[in-house]
Amino acid sequence: MLSDITIGQYVHSNSIVHILDPRIKIIITIILITSLFLIGNFWGFAIFLGFNLIVIKLSQLPIKKVLRGLKPILFLVLLTLILHIFMTRGGEVLFQWKFLRIESEGLFTGTFMASRILLLIMFTSILTLTTSPLQLTDGIEYILKPFKKIGVPASEISMMMTIALRFIPTLMEEAEKIMKAQKARGADFESGNIIQRAKNLIPLLVPLFISAFRRADELALAMESRCYQGGKQRTRLHIMKLATRDIIALLLSIGLAVLVSFF
Amino acid sequence: MLIKLENVTHIYDQEQQIKALDDVDLEIEEHEFIGIVGHTGSGKTTLVQMFNSLIKPTSGRIVIDDIVTTEKKADLKHVRQTVGLVFQYPEHQLFEETVYGDIAFGPRNLKLSEDEIDERVKHALELVGLDFDRFKDRSPFNLSGGQQRRVAIAGVLAMRPRVLILDEPSAGLDPQGRESLRSLLRRLHKSYNITIILISHRMEEITQLSTRVIVMDQGKIVLNGLPKEVFKHKGKLESLSLELPEITEILFMLKERGCNIRTDIFSVKEAVDEIIKVIGSKENAK
Repeated sequence: MLSDITIGQYVHSNSIVHILDPRIKIIITIILITSLFLIGNFWGFAIFLGFNLIVIKLSQLPIKKVLRGLKPILFLVLLTLILHIFMTRGGEVLFQWKFLRIESEGLFTGTFMASRILLLIMFTSILTLTTSPLQLTDGIEYILKPFKKIGVPASEISMMMTIALRFIPTLMEEAEKIMKAQKARGADFESGNIIQRAKNLIPLLVPLFISAFRRADELALAMESRCYQGGKQRTRLHIMKLATRDIIALLLSIGLAVLVSFF
Repeated sequence: MLIKLENVTHIYDQEQQIKALDDVDLEIEEHEFIGIVGHTGSGKTTLVQMFNSLIKPTSGRIVIDDIVTTEKKADLKHVRQTVGLVFQYPEHQLFEETVYGDIAFGPRNLKLSEDEIDERVKHALELVGLDFDRFKDRSPFNLSGGQQRRVAIAGVLAMRPRVLILDEPSAGLDPQGRESLRSLLRRLHKSYNITIILISHRMEEITQLSTRVIVMDQGKIVLNGLPKEVFKHKGKLESLSLELPEITEILFMLKERGCNIRTDIFSVKEAVDEIIKVIGSKENAK
């Protein structure tokens, strides 16, 4: 049951999108997402979608995998669509049945918002699909560096993220083990109504939290005993260097952002 | 027949076809004391989890106390009540606010009456050597590591299983803790007629307690028999990087140097007797 959950959806490959500098990828994502909110009509979305498809093609990602990533937000998209269709007023009446009424403005805003959400998730998922979690945290640390001056603990944040990612599989293993142990004592995790089920999770969650805290404590001690200090002249194994392709990708993206913002 | 495995295979990685168990046949009778040895990754833990149906095999048939657990609608509740399983580091599964509550968790799941639960908790605590009145209201998290482990074992004993499986129960215990665990297992086996299955890396533990030893390697049972018979295969065990009990090792060394000595001895006392007998007789011969 727990093995169904995959953490970090990273798909390994050596495509051009994969080998781009993670910092640049994060910046590009931020720029293009901002531009997504400046787009005023469907032409903009169409261009954006086209660009999206080209990037997916370049990254050699299976398109199915990208589409599957959209599943969890499908509910949100549909809700937005339905709410807008029925609630937003304006334009001519397209459909009327008792109190239900669809007006053209509602239909337009609904589809508009839904497309925006879909494109947003689709584009950001390309980032997580092509960048390993470790690269991502490294990238974020670099980007946050200038903010250190105003007191943002950049290296601590990225260390926290790295550790969190590192311990997810460990904790899942632990959870599975505790679950088995409690099942062996007759615990039931699978039946009952929702309140009963939540209650039944206590024998799993309490030991899990305790072990997480114990691990955190031990890890902190181990790090301190090796004189860890966040960010102090820390050198790294993989030094990130900007290549020509990174600059080109950045310029292209800025160009696209400017272009679609006019629509 | 209490436990019976027929052609049991378990594949845990479908893509790479990694077999945790490979075509295992095994029968366990009531009132045996079985020691399972094998190095890390040999399939010991997977094997014992089959015994109370926490893992279902990829193929094969398992019968436990006349219930075919590999069938779809098997009465798993009965199976889990019959077969108690103490995991590695069982103290990591403690969760209740009091020792009493934690030990009562199993019996409560069996929907027993409060009187019966009370009785069982008392008895389980007594078995593991903790005083009921002193410990019942304490938080399990404020106990020492050894005490926590005893509470966790009591939690399984309170289910009154007929088969008790322990997965490396002595790991991380001090010598005194190991000794009291050993005497507990002996008592459960002798006085309470519980069938015990013990996984351990300590050969001394295995040889002193078990009536049968199973050696596992790469998901297969490679040796299976009386301790005397299994530990005859010195070369085989060494090729699996398993050690002989130290006592037996010494006897083997003596034998290699030309002593005509028995090597199927596992206790210090017997070994001393045997050495005195052999060396004594040599002296006499001179």
